[in-house]
Amino acid sequence: MKALIETIVRALVDYPEDVVVTESSDESTITYVLSVHEGDIGKVIGKQGRTIHAIRTVVYAAASDQPKRVVVQVKDKG
Amino acid sequence: MKVITATASTVDEAIQSALNELGVSRDRVEIDILDHGKKGFLGIFGNKPAVVKVTVVPHPIEETETFLKNVIEKMGIKATIEKVENDKEVLFSITGEKIGLLIGKHGQTLNSLQLLAQLVANRYTQDYINITVDAENYRTRRKEVLTQLAEKLAEKAIKTKREVKLEPLPAYERKVIHAALANNGQVKTFSVGTEPHRYIVIAPMHERMSR
Repeated sequence: MKALIETIVRALVDYPEDVVVTESSDESTITYVLSVHEGDIGKVIGKQGRTIHAIRTVVYAAASDQPKRVVVQVKDKG
Repeated sequence: MKVITATASTVDEAIQSALNELGVSRDRVEIDILDHGKKGFLGIFGNKPAVVKVTVVPHPIEETETFLKNVIEKMGIKATIEKVENDKEVLFSITGEKIGLLIGKHGQTLNSLQLLAQLVANRYTQDYINITVDAENYRTRRKEVLTQLAEKLAEKAIKTKREVKLEPLPAYERKVIHAALANNGQVKTFSVGTEPHRYIVIAPMHERMSR
């Protein structure tokens, strides 16, 4: 799932080498925190969150056979 | 983006060796000549090699195709993608296993893939390229469903003499509804709200509008 998020995001940003996805999980949820170059944050979120919404939709579809809930977050700068 | 620098005794040779290494043709690269090189005296003293920097210019449609292939593969789906290009309109049709997963509820996964593919395609071009992503003819089937829905709701609007509101739909699906009822003299259609919650209203023609 990490590789899927990285594949999508690297194709959208100006600094693909700065794309880092970290994974953490507890009993019920797997959380992926997406960190990108400061100048790319707007690109991955998109106008009114359209892009991040699309990324989440694709990731959730791929994770549909997963018993745990999957969450994708964008890391704020700082 | 792939960039390499190549060195040879002449500029042309350096470019050729860079192209060979990259495995692309000359029309797909940008060339920067860093050093024209010098022959030197009697070819012995002070000769300097030519140095060029060659950058592969991404081809928007190929980048998009690669993007879709990679994403679908990483979703764990085995599929093949066919591409139909028509000037600035490109259609990618996906066929294979587990396509239902790729389409999603009301096509939401397919629409998301399409939006992302659209973003990738237009990263590399000034001209706007319109990308459609289809899977197992979903778009055609959806068009039939929407057309039938439009006709059914138009009848309802006429019968009840009231406006009928639809669920929010993406622009290209609203277009199908507008088109389906464009020649229906008894109703008119318009969209209300802002994306992504923009929806269609079907209104009977002879009623005073109360929007």
